[in-house]
Amino acid sequence: MSRQILLGDEAVALGAVQAGLSAAYSYPGTPASEILEYLVRLSGEAKAFRAVWSVNEKVAYEEALGVSFAGKRSLVSFKHVGLNVAADPFMNSAITGANGGFLVVSADDPGMHSSQNEQDSRYYVDFAKIFGYEPSDHQEAYDMTREAYDLSETLGLPVLMRLVTRLSHSRAAVETREPRPQNELKKGAARDWILLPVNARRRFAQLLDRQAEMVRLSEESRFNTLQLNDGDRSLGVIASGIAYNYFREAVAKDAAPPAFLKISTYPLPVDLIRRLVDHVDTVLVFEDGYPFIERQLRGLFGVPGKTILGKMNGPVPASGELSPDIVRKALGRDPLPSIAASGLPLAGRPPQLCVGCPHADTFKALNKALEGLIGANVFSDIGCYTLGALPPYNAIHSCVCMGASVSMARGAADVGLYPAVSVIGDSTFAHSGITPLLSAARADADMTVIILDNATTAMTGGQPTYGSGEALLRLVEGLGVPKEHLRTIEPLPKNHETSVQIIKDELAHHGLSVIVAVRECVQEQRKKRS
Amino acid sequence: MKQDIILAGVGGQGILSIAYVIDNAALAEGLAFKQAEVHGMAQRGGAVQSHMRLSDGRIWSDLIPKGEADMILSVEPLEALRYLDTLRPDGIVVTSSTPFRNIPDYPDLDQVLAALRKAPRTVVVDSEKLAKEAGTVKAQNIVLLGAASSFLILKEASLLQTIEALFRGRGPTVLEANLKAFELGKKAAQAS
Repeated sequence: MSRQILLGDEAVALGAVQAGLSAAYSYPGTPASEILEYLVRLSGEAKAFRAVWSVNEKVAYEEALGVSFAGKRSLVSFKHVGLNVAADPFMNSAITGANGGFLVVSADDPGMHSSQNEQDSRYYVDFAKIFGYEPSDHQEAYDMTREAYDLSETLGLPVLMRLVTRLSHSRAAVETREPRPQNELKKGAARDWILLPVNARRRFAQLLDRQAEMVRLSEESRFNTLQLNDGDRSLGVIASGIAYNYFREAVAKDAAPPAFLKISTYPLPVDLIRRLVDHVDTVLVFEDGYPFIERQLRGLFGVPGKTILGKMNGPVPASGELSPDIVRKALGRDPLPSIAASGLPLAGRPPQLCVGCPHADTFKALNKALEGLIGANVFSDIGCYTLGALPPYNAIHSCVCMGASVSMARGAADVGLYPAVSVIGDSTFAHSGITPLLSAARADADMTVIILDNATTAMTGGQPTYGSGEALLRLVEGLGVPKEHLRTIEPLPKNHETSVQIIKDELAHHGLSVIVAVRECVQEQRKKRS
Repeated sequence: MKQDIILAGVGGQGILSIAYVIDNAALAEGLAFKQAEVHGMAQRGGAVQSHMRLSDGRIWSDLIPKGEADMILSVEPLEALRYLDTLRPDGIVVTSSTPFRNIPDYPDLDQVLAALRKAPRTVVVDSEKLAKEAGTVKAQNIVLLGAASSFLILKEASLLQTIEALFRGRGPTVLEANLKAFELGKKAAQAS
């Protein structure tokens, strides 16, 4: 037993290690990056397990699935949209099942602090028909992780842990327990793992057969708490995950708080919900993310004789991150007295590219080269360079998902948009840019791809990348990009004119060009120096 | 006994180092704590804040409700002002007077400081000057921690122990500068 200060992300990571983890895989993405960061640090000291930054989330998922196939305990982690990338193996792994304990950690970002949507991973738990956990605090994140590995092996299924940014990036002390040894190698049975229809049908039937058992496990879970209030049956609260903390904060000084049900496991604990709903007239649902519980509770026709309140009818905002203030208000309680705001206009301070960032020089050169080209469009991608959208650059016109800059430029070029420019970082290119560039090269699409090679995954804190420097150039050439239209620039103020000319030349070429802008991230340079 | 602190500043100013020191001091003293922080995109020169909660009882929310903050501790005056309305009516503001101007529409500094002085208790320290005096301009965050130290429910010895642990690995010069920064901040606050 020891008490350690851990981020929510780290509590999961340490829980996994002490549950006998043999290997973990991930692709960086806020708010999940710190899980594998921590595992890399821990494995560096002991080398007892593998902790690998994978090329993308689908690959990470399949690598982790391979560990489970081999009978060892594995972990894959990513941000919520990373689960979209890994959705194919994820859905199918519910059919193959897990051999060694397999934990999937998906960190949602309600409020979109660093994301392009606020999708709720609990829908994936339901979609795949597996068991899921949603911790409300650090200790639960650790304890649930320990339990999840045992449960995964008992059920023979992957288990998903849903985190949210606020818990991922909050620190608290966690009591840890004695570590458990790793599993021995033990291969999965081929008849379960070959998903030919004949096997898949049988496996899917088995998955369906286990659903009632999973509901029972959820009803009996020590992480779900039902507390009734016989003195006041007017209101009952259902709160899941971190929303439970905000609810308890609001009623902390109550002599007898309203009846409540804390939900931290999925599928939903039906019996507990029934007991709460039977007990009260009105049910108020707090959940960070989508109204996942509320929607199931309402069904199509509501609950006769009961009032259900939540995100779907107003008391709780339907979008954005929950907060103690929102929950307090929804409970009908007055705001706490506080000092008045100053009334001075508070200039916003948005994030921006670092002083000396190579992307800044590339955007300046690109903007100059595009001057006068009416109709030009710069398709961008996911990374620091997305900040090129902000002043003073105003340099990009789209950012959708990993790799989309290349494929969207191809589509737009196919229907006559000119010039179609794609801007993508080296890590994002390795993640999801290679296949669309292969496709564009076969068609010799009339587009210009600029790969920003800063030799790192910068936005998430400087994780390694898979294609940089000479290796990147050889890779691009190997995809079929004509050598004379594979150019490099060094984005520095002194090279501005040269860079502008090279970009202009390639924009004028009516076919595929790739320009690699090569200069190391200034943050990484700084780290090396200190 | 509880203390809720909003730590504020600009990405790169060392808010998380202040939080690290307070977290570890709280752990050493057996207090419960929760500390919510900002990672990712905002750390690139944007406004960052950390909700730091200390208590000898159970802490529920990771975020400090509006009206619960006992202290705003900020390495930058505009960032202190941003969270003024989270402060309890009897709360304290401990802030640097050194503006970080990386935006075109930075407001008039005198107006910002005047607005901050409307809090029931405001401690303003010139962190840039004091950090330089201590030996490194990078230690402005520790100047502010020193300035806040007399108002924290933590013992000074616990804070100093963690500062030593944090900077020992970076050489004696850096450690000395940060210890001095703490001391200068503390004295400046007492004099204000």
